[in-house]
Amino acid sequence: MKSAVVVFPGTNRERDMAIALERASGVTPAMLWHRDTSLPAGLDLVVLPGGFSYGDYLRCGAMAAQSPIMAAIRDFAGRGGHVLGVCNGFQMLCEAGLLPGALLKNASLRFLAQDCMLRVERADTAFTRGFEQGAEFRATMAHGDGNYFCDAETLARLEGERLVALRYVGANLNGSLGAIAGVVSPNLRVMGLMPHPENGVDPLVGGVEGLPMFAGLAGAFAAA
Amino acid sequence: MKIKVTVMPKPGVLDPQGRAIQQALGGLGFGGVTEVRAGKVMILDLEESDPAAARALGEEMARKLLANTVIESFSVELA
Repeated sequence: MKSAVVVFPGTNRERDMAIALERASGVTPAMLWHRDTSLPAGLDLVVLPGGFSYGDYLRCGAMAAQSPIMAAIRDFAGRGGHVLGVCNGFQMLCEAGLLPGALLKNASLRFLAQDCMLRVERADTAFTRGFEQGAEFRATMAHGDGNYFCDAETLARLEGERLVALRYVGANLNGSLGAIAGVVSPNLRVMGLMPHPENGVDPLVGGVEGLPMFAGLAGAFAAA
Repeated sequence: MKIKVTVMPKPGVLDPQGRAIQQALGGLGFGGVTEVRAGKVMILDLEESDPAAARALGEEMARKLLANTVIESFSVELA
């Protein structure tokens, strides 16, 4: 699997993401800078990691969505490339219009830094193929703005076309509409989620419940 | 020429900040506040000197960056 992780000013989860990708695939991902205007040739996957890009100025992910590399990522996604956005990366994908909806401030107004349980609503994507359909796994959330929102029409389309890939089980701590934790694009190649599966890839540090996401991706692109 | 861009959460979009402000006002004895909606105001100083063109420019900026029209509405006026 040939992957790349994009670093913006204020991104802080790029190294954890790189470790997760390397652990699962055995290949070190390329690290890209937000000012880059092109992606390395032959990429399978671009990852937008978590953090606080541009200090969350204006809205979370709003500035990053307008950064130079985003044009290249938009083009990559348009050609059927796989893009994963985690936490701030999910916010960027929504701001860039690559995924529908928006992430509002948590309903509690509190920054949430704790574990949550997620259910895999569809396991037939490159991102979720490492899990069983309906499987539940633990992941860490660390966000102030993870409250997924979209209009009623979009919500009906997401549910109708089964584009909700991950849902919070039990407590819906941030108040997301429909307990939505992760969304995929209609071609199933762009996914965003708020919790951090990259936190769960080392038995010595919090367990390995997030590893199937990266192992699944590595498997999907093993032949490529 | 200065323009003022006002960005507000759309009706129906949960505004937890507004709700917290309302509760705080209640705590201060202002019990008659039935709703607070919290938004942003941005004042932009433009080189453009034609009022209609400045307003149009502000609207384009709001659609592209200043507002997220999924969750926010905006208005542009001359400041």
